[in-house]
Amino acid sequence: MALIPTGWQTVGPYLHIGLTWLNTTKLAGEATKGERIAVEGRLFDGDGAPVPDGMIEIWQANADGRYNHPDDTQAKPREAAFFGFGRVDTDKQGGFRFETVKPGRVPGPGNTLQAPHILVSVFLRGQLRRLVTRLYFADEASNGDDPILALVEDPARRRTLLAVRDPGSATYRFDIRLQGEAETVFFEV
Amino acid sequence: MPDPIGYRREVPGTQPPYLHPDYKSTVKRSPTKATIAVPHTLSEVTGPLWTKERVGSIADDLTVQDKERPLGERIVVAGRVMDEDGRPVPNTLVELWQCNASGRYHHPVDQHDAPLDPNFTGRGHAVTDGNGDYRFVTIKPGAYPWPNHFNAWRPAHIHFSLFGPSFVTRLVTQMFFPGDPLLALDPIFNGVPAPARDLLVSSFDLGMTVPDTALAYRFDIVLRGRAATPTGI
Ligand SMILES: [Fe+3]
Repeated sequence: MALIPTGWQTVGPYLHIGLTWLNTTKLAGEATKGERIAVEGRLFDGDGAPVPDGMIEIWQANADGRYNHPDDTQAKPREAAFFGFGRVDTDKQGGFRFETVKPGRVPGPGNTLQAPHILVSVFLRGQLRRLVTRLYFADEASNGDDPILALVEDPARRRTLLAVRDPGSATYRFDIRLQGEAETVFFEV
Repeated sequence: MPDPIGYRREVPGTQPPYLHPDYKSTVKRSPTKATIAVPHTLSEVTGPLWTKERVGSIADDLTVQDKERPLGERIVVAGRVMDEDGRPVPNTLVELWQCNASGRYHHPVDQHDAPLDPNFTGRGHAVTDGNGDYRFVTIKPGAYPWPNHFNAWRPAHIHFSLFGPSFVTRLVTQMFFPGDPLLALDPIFNGVPAPARDLLVSSFDLGMTVPDTALAYRFDIVLRGRAATPTGI
């Protein structure tokens, strides 16, 4: 008989005590392959006010599209110099920033190929459970082939998942809105 | 490569809703549009493996982190991390944080008029052993008031954070203590539907006590388990 998975509870306003010791905002080392990028954004609540007591975690493949995990059995070289995990608490303006490399494409269901993307977990006071979303790159031609983006029927909603590159820099902007007209698409995993 | 074996989908009625108006802050902080279920691709079935080797340190005794011993009732908090089939989840990080014995967090935002304890930070982490077991020594946290509604008090609790083997298995939860009269009144605890919420209450465990030193509470944790077949949608 299957056990019931333990229920989620909020991280609460004091998450910093237990969780910021593992903050990781620079994911790539000197030896990491790939295009250096930064992703930054802000977390907003239903009033459009910044959320200063949240935490963002990210998980991504390396530049070749390989995850640092034994279940990734693709015939691509493993890269010890890239773990692929980031964590940071939001600042007073609800802001967060990660420096990383642009992930490569990884397989999707069937024989599809996913567009480059980063998995994003959002934790905050005032929310009992984690919110899950995905960051895609607005200037990426393969977005049109992505099987997960295709699940979002409304093009306006799909745009909430697209991080936009600041002209002349390697920084992609990705704001997360919990509610409102541009409410971010959240996924159930 | 073939489609990866995914994880079991969430069982309806076992997890809190995003919007839970009794917990007032959820009103402005929960999505208003339906979430979209995604198949478990390689992105979801992988995840950061925070193993003992990668973590590199252990901080499983919260009573010896400062010069003197903290005030309060010293306790053991231990248990097993398992998947939905009851199989142990070995070598995975468990993070924990809590307030002190008088109900005050070592945190600038906490303005509760109860004494800070200079010898208690309330933070620890450990990695499960080969049987999925973890064990902390800490002090019993106090109850504390919060501004959700008139005379609202959080029951004594310890915050837990776990990773497990994949992105899907991530969990942040809270452990409560048996027989606490505040449990029935707490909108956060009651955000988890019955009967799943009772699983957040630890049990007194005489066998784990340390004679003349510490009482013990057992808190087993169940993470999402693997499905038998690929979980395409
Ligand atoms: Fe708390």
